[in-house]
Formats: sequence, C-alpha cells, structure tokens
Amino acid sequence: MAGFGFICLLLALAVCAYGIAASIYGVRTRRWEYADSGRRAMYALAAVLTIAGLVLELAFISNDFAFNTVADTSSRTTPALYRVAAVWSSQEGSLLLWAWLLSLWSSLALFLTRRRLREVAAYATAILLGLGGFFVGLMVFYANPFSTTTPAPPEGVGLDPLLRFPTMMIHPPMLYSGYTLCMIPLAFGFGALLARRLQADWIGAIRRFAFAAWLFLGIGILLGARWSYAELGWGGYWGWDAVENASLMPWLTATAFLHSLMIQEKRGMLKVWNVSLVLATGTLAVMGTFLVRSGILNSIHAFGGHTLGVPFVALIALLIGASIYLVVSRRELLRSEARLDSLLSREAAFLANNLVLVALCFVIFWGTYFPLISQALSGHEASVGPPWFDRYTVPLALILVLLSGIGPVIAWRRASLANARRNFLVPCVAALATFVGLEAAGVAHKPFATAMFCCAAFVLGSVGQEFVRGTRVRRAIAGEPPPRALLALVRRNRRRYGGYIVHLGMAVLFVGVAASSSFQHAVERGLSPGQSARVGAYTVRYVKPTATVTPRNDAAHTGALLSLGARLEVLKGRRHVATLEPSEGYYPSGEAGQGTVASLIGGQPVSHIAMNGGITRDVWSAVQPNIEAPALQKIVNAGNRTLPPEAALVALAVLARSYLAHPPQAQFHLIVSPLVMWIWLGGLIVFAGGLIALWPAPSTLRRRVAALERPRPLRGLARV
Amino acid sequence: MSPARKRTVRLVMALSAAVVLASALIYTSFSAANPALSPTQLLRQAQPGRSYQLTGTVEPGSVHRMGGVLDFSVQDRAGTRVVPLAYTGSVPDPFREGREVIVTVQKQGSRFVGERDSLITKCPSKYKTAPPSEKQNL
Amino acid sequence: MDIAIAVLTLALLALVIRFVGAPLRARGRSEPDAGACDREALEAAREAKYREIRDLELDYRTGKLSAEDYEAIDAQLRVEAIQILDRLERVPGAERSDRPPPPR
Repeated sequence: MAGFGFICLLLALAVCAYGIAASIYGVRTRRWEYADSGRRAMYALAAVLTIAGLVLELAFISNDFAFNTVADTSSRTTPALYRVAAVWSSQEGSLLLWAWLLSLWSSLALFLTRRRLREVAAYATAILLGLGGFFVGLMVFYANPFSTTTPAPPEGVGLDPLLRFPTMMIHPPMLYSGYTLCMIPLAFGFGALLARRLQADWIGAIRRFAFAAWLFLGIGILLGARWSYAELGWGGYWGWDAVENASLMPWLTATAFLHSLMIQEKRGMLKVWNVSLVLATGTLAVMGTFLVRSGILNSIHAFGGHTLGVPFVALIALLIGASIYLVVSRRELLRSEARLDSLLSREAAFLANNLVLVALCFVIFWGTYFPLISQALSGHEASVGPPWFDRYTVPLALILVLLSGIGPVIAWRRASLANARRNFLVPCVAALATFVGLEAAGVAHKPFATAMFCCAAFVLGSVGQEFVRGTRVRRAIAGEPPPRALLALVRRNRRRYGGYIVHLGMAVLFVGVAASSSFQHAVERGLSPGQSARVGAYTVRYVKPTATVTPRNDAAHTGALLSLGARLEVLKGRRHVATLEPSEGYYPSGEAGQGTVASLIGGQPVSHIAMNGGITRDVWSAVQPNIEAPALQKIVNAGNRTLPPEAALVALAVLARSYLAHPPQAQFHLIVSPLVMWIWLGGLIVFAGGLIALWPAPSTLRRRVAALERPRPLRGLARV
Repeated sequence: MSPARKRTVRLVMALSAAVVLASALIYTSFSAANPALSPTQLLRQAQPGRSYQLTGTVEPGSVHRMGGVLDFSVQDRAGTRVVPLAYTGSVPDPFREGREVIVTVQKQGSRFVGERDSLITKCPSKYKTAPPSEKQNL
Repeated sequence: MDIAIAVLTLALLALVIRFVGAPLRARGRSEPDAGACDREALEAAREAKYREIRDLELDYRTGKLSAEDYEAIDAQLRVEAIQILDRLERVPGAERSDRPPPPR
C-alpha cells in the first residue's frame, strides 16, 4: 500500500502542474472553461491527498512498521488516539498535513468564489496549486512519508512522551490551518496584482479568509501556550522561543490587515499598505513553517534535517521578490482615492494600531532571526533572550490595548472635539477608578502591570458604553425590551459588535498576562516528607511520596512504566485549599546496552505537573524525584546484573517500594500565579467575538436592508 | 499650513520616529546579545563577568545532582573539549546525557556557572530524511 | 498486491481526468457576459456604500458625531451611492434578483 500512497503523491504533482497550466492559459485567453478545469484540479488535489492521508493513517492504526514514519513515531503500546495523531508528528507526515490542509481550504475558497472574480481567482488557483505542488514535491523528492524498509521491524520506537497530551494532538492541525489559510489571501493578492484588478471587490472577498486565518492561528498559538503551561515542567506559557515567535508574526500582520481593510473598504485608502500586509502575512506564514521544519535556529522545537532548508529559502526569496516587483509595477492602480482628513478619526486610530502591530512584528522578527543576522553581519552568532523581547513588546502592547479602547468610541472621517470629550469620559473614569482602587488596595508597585490594568479598564469602559448606547438606540427604534434589543443589535451589526467583543477578550487576556508575569511567586526547594515551603500567600506541605508501576501494554495509560511523585497539601493560612499530586514518569529507552532494568526507565522522563486552577490564581507544582539516589541506583544495578528482560519489571516494583519507604529529598518547583485563567478566558472571548464577526448575515436580512436603503438616496437628494 | 504640507510633515515625523526606534532596537540587540559559543571557543575566549550561550552535548557520566545544584559538563560536537559547569534552576524534561543543550553561562573565577533557568534541551530529533541515494523502496 | 495497486491507480487516474476535464467537454455553455467583472466590482462597491450609510447612522445615534457632521457626510454618501447605482444600471446584464446557476 505504500506504493499506492507514493503514486498518489505523484498524481498530486501532475494534477498541480496541469492545474497551473490550465488556469493561466484560461485567464490569458479568456477561455473560462480552462480556468474552471484548473479549479477542478484543486478539488482533485484535495481528493488525492485525502486518499494519500488515509493510506498513511491506516498504516499507523494497523501498526504497519514497514512504513518508516510509523516505525519512527509509533509503537504497539501507543494508545490508539495518539497513533492517529502520530501521523503528523514526523517531518514527512507534517508536510502531508500541510499540503492536505492547503488543498482543503483552497478548495473551499475557490468554491465560494466560483461565481465572481474570475480573473483574480484563476491566478489565485495557479498560485495555490503552485504552493501545494511545492510541498508535494518536497515529499516526493526529499521526505517521503511512504518510504519503507524490508523486512519490517517488529516494533516501533514509539511516540515522544512529550507529545502524549490531547492539546498537542490538536495544536498542529490548528496551527497549520492558520498557516495554510494565510496562503489564500496571499494567492488572491497576487492574483489581483497580476490581473490588474484592484478595486474593492477582491479585498472584500478575501476578508473572510483572512479572518479565518487569524482565528485559527490565534487558537493554535493559545493551544501551544496552554500546552506549555499545563503540561511541560517549566511553568510558563511563553518563552519567546523562535517557533512561538514564528507563529505570532503572521498573526500580528493579519490583525493589522483586518483593521486597515476596513479603511480601504470605506475610503479607498491604504491600498499599497493592504496588499503589502497580505503578502507579508503569507510570506511570514511560509517562513514560520520553514523555521519549524528546518532547524536553522536554535530552539527547543528545532526539528527536521537541513536538507529542506534550500528549497524553502528559494520559495521565500521568490515570494518576497515577486511581491516587491508586482507592487511597484502596479503602483498606479494602487493610488488612494481619499486622504486622511483628521488625526482625530477612526482612520487615524486604525492607522496607529497598524503601525504598532507592524512595529511589534518587526521587533519580534529582529529578535528571532538575530542569530542569523549577527552571524551575517559580524561573523559571530549571538542571540537575545526574553528580557530583550519584553523590553520592547510590553510598551507596544500597552499602546495597542489603549488604541483598542479608543477606536470604537471615535467616528470615521472626522470626530468633533466636543463629542470626543463626551465619549471618552466613561472610559477615562474607569481607568482612573482602577488606578485609585489598586493604590488603595496596596497592590505592589509594578508600573507596567498597573498601566495594563488601567488600559484594560479603559477598554471595558469604552466597549461597555458602546453596547449600552447601541441597545438604547435599538430600543428607541424598535421598542424591544433590553435583552432582545441587545441581541438584535449584535445580530444586525455583527462585524462591529463582534469586533468589540474581540477587543474585550484581548484586554482580559492581557490583564492575565500582566498579572501572572508581575505578581508571580515561584519557589524551587528540596523537600523531604513533612517539610513545607511558603509560596506567596500559600504554604505547600510535602505530605508523602507516591510511586506507581504500570504493567506493559496498558494502552489507557500514557506509557510510563514507573512514576515517582509526591502528594502535596496546599494551605492558605490554616485553611486547606487543594491536594496536588505531581509526578515524574520514566519511560523505556529503547537503547541497547543499558542493562535490563535501566533500559526500562532510561528513556526521556516526563514531568506530570499538578495544578489547582482558579479564577484568581493558579497553584502549580512539579516534582523532580532524585532517582539517582544511591539506594535506588543500587536496586537498578542489582537488577541489571541478575534479572533477564522478562523479569526486569520486578525490580521496578522493588524500586517503588524502596522509594515509598525511604524517600530521598526531592526537588520541587512551586508557582503561584494570579489570574492565569484570565488568559484562557480572554482567548475564549476573542474566539466567540471572532465567530460573531465572521458569521454571514442571513440573506433575507441582506435583501431587506438593500430594499430599505434603495429609495432613501432619492429622498435624500430631494432634501439637498 | 495647507493640507498637503500637513501630510508631508506628519509623514516625515512618523518616519523619523520609526528610524529612531529602529536604531535603538538594533543597537540594544547587539549589546544585549549573548554570543553563542562551543566549548572549545568558550574555553578560549571567555572573560569573567560576561554571559555566553554555550551549545554542545551533555558529556556522558558527568551529570551529578547535589541539592538544588546540577553539575554537568558540555562537550563539543566533535567531543574534543569539555566545559564543566554548575547550574541552578529548572531542568527541562528531555535533559540527559548525550542530548544537545543550550545554556547561558558566566565565568566566575576558574569555574563556569549556569544562569538560572537558562537551560534549554533540544527535543531529540527522530526525523531522518533519507539521502537521495537511498530513497524509498517500493 | 501489485495488480491491486495498478488497478487502483488506473481507476483513480481515470476519475481525476474525467472530473478535471469536464468543463472542457461541456463547451457548449454560453460565455458569461462581458460586463461581469465590472458588475461584480460595482455591486461590491454598492454593498460597501450601503454599509457605510448604516454605520454612519449608528455612529450618529450613539453620539460619536454631531448633527451637522452627520447630515453633511450622510448627504455625501447618498450622492456617492446614487452614482454607483447609476453606473450599475448602465452595465449590460444589470442585476436581477434571480441569478443564473453557478458553474461548478
């Protein structure tokens, strides 16, 4: 079956080549049946890649270790659910996932635009097929997911234990959906430039896809942060790691684009800026994929061999070169239709927001690629750490949040000063009240955190005011009771009020970030049973050790043969708050020559943290048992010497008993972080707001609106 | 001031601000950056008081934990020179002998001390892309 | 096993070729009207203009605009809307509420 899978890849490549040729031929000769055929080639690509993906999935599910990817990342003892996800944990499988998702989203986009934008869509088809062909080509020539070894090995290496978490299963598909969705505005942007059709319609058509890309990327980033915080043993959610940054950068430019897009739709301004943002987002998404897959930067996520580097660099160079050339050569068509009237206007606020977002992106870009830049400029590789990133991103984030509170309250074109003063009263009072409240409550002096809290209060004030006033307007028109008025208001103005909800969610998220960074209490201490440690306002007491030995082939478990841990009691003053049981799991190493017992636990250990989460704070704990203690090592060595592999499990039971009876001092990492939950809650609110804004208005509503509006222009003229 | 003039002034001011900020950014990145060195380079160049990013693999047999301090040695990829150091702080799960690590160190006297929480261990790469000569066997 | 793969391959190939080539065989379809692209652009501009008028009214009613500013901008927007409607009516194959069946 591996042969058939590879043939599917070859067929996919052929389909891409045909589709590119047909689309371009069709649009140049205006023979639209060829462009339609090109579009169908995209649908066919999706179908063929789905078949290839199913072949691979089947191989994983049936433990066909003849497939190299299956042997490298799965094993008989890997639980079924993780086996399904293991497909994309390897280089080859993840390339297939990327290509498949690209073909799916592209098919959807091309299907939805099949009636309009014929010229632009035809070019976009060619470009999307080109990108798909690139990734399929990578698989065919460099990293074949269907390569086999005969004879097939009897057992696989198994899934990296760090990936055996549900969050990590969804993270790649979400993130890759975000990346591939960024390709669609990119392709349509290129298409509009190539076809020289730069009126309003192409940008309106891709708005939804840019929004979807923004949404999926955001969810992917948050999932990664959540995984890092809740599963990894370092207790943080963001480390300015190269790969984290790589996914954040296109998200920032996508956010900028969603805002400046509104300006272009309303005033016909910023065309060059918008098309550049679209192209930059797509290029950054490709660079993000490249960073993760090529290992050119030192990062804990650096996967992949260096063989993929050259094709990716070529693609990125092509994207950048083509973007610059097309924008410059079409600049006549990109002239603004209007100018900025006043600095006190929503356009100006959006422009400022764009500048801040691009500045943020630049800072992160510089810091992330600095090792390469410094190598190129000075010959020495150097890197910057989180403190450098924080220094620049924190003030920019503050300005961003502030702007997100100003934007909703200010009018388009030209806001009058008197109105502005009236509209900003409530938000300013909210911010001031927060400041006074924080001072009065004696909260420690952390200027940036305080500033962020006040900015968030400002946003809450302005967004709240908008909802209240809007509901009042609705009631005046339709006489509905407040709850129905509110619902009707949001339903009829989804983009506006969905956007306001997104702003609110972002403010909540930043409050969580500020609080958990500035007011965190972290302690690292060695404790023996009975001892306690003070962490902030809490006391954590090591009650007793825990140890479990899990028999082999227990598919329900995460696969650790031995787990050593502790039971902790968390107290606030005298009151019992929670019981936590962190542990460290020890896995088989799969390496020869370690000894029968040592090889059972010699693999990469994984810390299972224990956490008590709440609205106001999280209490987080991780333990590192001292498995190298002499007493325990004696048991391992004795077992190595005397026990055959089948009986080696017995030694683990003895080890566990010894650990329970005479536990050596263990290292504990304890953290109390306020308001971490607000980060995830804020993310959910952003997600909800995004869905509301993205949801298409019912067509009946659209027609009714059109009918209502039509005669009024004539009436208005009579007035003038 | 005519609207056109106002716009030009705004543009110039915005561009100047951008240039100033970018320069500040670039300058501080070079001064705040830690050079990335291998053990051989570190032993040759290290000056006391400066931070360096040490990259290499953990030397087998060199890992000892005493209380809150982790002692281990980092060796070159070629295995020639070795730098012993004392590290405090969080130790990532994948850390073990033979793994590739990155840790920020400072020279104190004749010893090297790892900066708190600066230890990064690379996820072991299981992804081997077959060289073109040994492609798939169908 | 190899025969099965060969058969599957040929079947898949045939399906793909048939599917992708379908528009080329159905060549008897009518050409879309020449003004299609312009009409799309104008319709999109019209929708955007309507949305602007509605948003402006909401801005005024929620107190962001003074009455004079509102009336002035509103009148201007309505003039622009009428211009778009006029241009739309002049485009051949002007908008009808029922659209022709879309190509696949």
